[in-house]
Amino acid sequence: MTQSLRKPLVSAERRTAHRSAASHRVELAAGSIIERRLGVPKLRLRNVSLDYATNSHHRLIALKDINLQVQPGEFLCIVGPSGCGKSTLLHLIAGLHQQSSGDVLVDNKPVQGPGTDRILIFQELGLFPWLTVAQNVEFGMRMKNVAKPQREAKVREYLRLVHLHQFKDSYVHQLSGGMRQRVALARALATEPDVLLMDEPFAALDAQTRDLLHDELERIWAETRRTIIFVTHNVREAVRLGDRVVLMTFRPGQVKREYKIDLPRPRHLEDVHVAGSARDILNDLREEINKSIEEEYGLEAHA
Amino acid sequence: MKRTLRYILFYSALIGLWALLAKLQVWPPYIFPTPWGVAETLRSGFADHSFWIAIGVSMRRMLIGYGISVVLGLVLGLGIASSKFLEQTVGGLLVSLQSLPSICWLPIAVLWFGLTEKAILFVVVMGSLLSVTISMETGRKQLPKIYNMAGRNLGARGVRLFWHVTLPASLPYIVTGLKQGWAFAWRSLISGEMIFVTLGLGQLLMMGRDLNDMSQVIAVMILIVALGYLVDGVFFRTIERRLQQRWGLATAA
Repeated sequence: MTQSLRKPLVSAERRTAHRSAASHRVELAAGSIIERRLGVPKLRLRNVSLDYATNSHHRLIALKDINLQVQPGEFLCIVGPSGCGKSTLLHLIAGLHQQSSGDVLVDNKPVQGPGTDRILIFQELGLFPWLTVAQNVEFGMRMKNVAKPQREAKVREYLRLVHLHQFKDSYVHQLSGGMRQRVALARALATEPDVLLMDEPFAALDAQTRDLLHDELERIWAETRRTIIFVTHNVREAVRLGDRVVLMTFRPGQVKREYKIDLPRPRHLEDVHVAGSARDILNDLREEINKSIEEEYGLEAHA
Repeated sequence: MKRTLRYILFYSALIGLWALLAKLQVWPPYIFPTPWGVAETLRSGFADHSFWIAIGVSMRRMLIGYGISVVLGLVLGLGIASSKFLEQTVGGLLVSLQSLPSICWLPIAVLWFGLTEKAILFVVVMGSLLSVTISMETGRKQLPKIYNMAGRNLGARGVRLFWHVTLPASLPYIVTGLKQGWAFAWRSLISGEMIFVTLGLGQLLMMGRDLNDMSQVIAVMILIVALGYLVDGVFFRTIERRLQQRWGLATAA
């Protein structure tokens, strides 16, 4: 099983055979297979690279030749060791940074700066502390000059969706970590983006809250049918949530491998199949983590 | 409640000690005034409006001088914070100029403007401009980048991004800067008024000295402290606390 994971599966027969034989179904999905099977991708990264100067002598290649396609309504998870550029990738898609080369295409059109069709939920959330929960959720619509009655209706709708309506007049600091996450989610959804970008949103939460938010996110995804790109360093979380998991390498950040997750939903973090699939991906990830550790130590030795 | 009681006890003890020393006449009254003498000076000063006029004149100067400082300081501070070049040139100059006590600007002021209202305003502006600018600049720099990123991400741009995100996000820093600027402006004004004679609290203080009227000296000092406290300790601190509470920065007060 592990062996077959390590090599791309080329032929369709082998894929079927593999799928029926597998105790837990993780399979490799080469980009080309998906492209052939489905229509126009929602999001497409073509040879995207990013490098920048860390000082006058040294340039860091953060991302190198990333090729990736995301279908409308797909839940894609990106995993990788810290420092692999997965957050940077989300920033590029959000239009907050500019790639050095390559194309970021949404609906086949190149991304030019930020747009409310792609909303990023930051790891630190970036909720505005001077605004109430409702005003935070409303913010994107205000910037789009949506009329007040419509704004209020949407705020109500999305706060209900994340079960926070009774907290609409609270300030952010009065809420717990899990509640803040849900405010950020509601704020992002309220601008009605096609693509939701999530940067390790649940990393700082306790296990119970995270479980709960996984369920909620899965439910909201099913209800709203948004395309979600979810970055995490937690492989099991990625398998729990994603239709597909992309593993990135450590510096330069490249797509190392893709895994299609065909497990039935709703899933749970403790499911045997989730754990099994996660283990296989984790084996691949471990290589990258080791590489990153070696590099960090190497740098320290030279310094 | 306990705190109020402590205040009352402390200040009654202080005034009691003062009264006792005055009563014992260890020093003559023209060196060591009595509390009732000071109280009488305060009463008559307000009754014949001379204190009111002095407060009015000083406050007017403060509002104008400090107002100019705030506007210039905001523009300068934000400008310096947004440009590496300005930061290294103008920013560095401002920091070194800050070691200059504000009263050192008085000779220039008098030579440029003569013994006029403009000269005293110049001293007030120079005394507070630097501190407003510097705290505005540091505030702008300390401002977490995440807010502007989140704002852009949600579709805010240009002026609206500044108005709806950058400005409210930096408000706690701005208020701290304004408060500090006020304190500097107040000190500069009083010292300026003391040296250079045309109305105001500083002049009243010096008049006390010239008339050998110790009660007036102490009475005016009390006024200066009280006014300073009122603006700084009550006005600015209330705003600051409100902001911090709303921003969630303050521990429960």
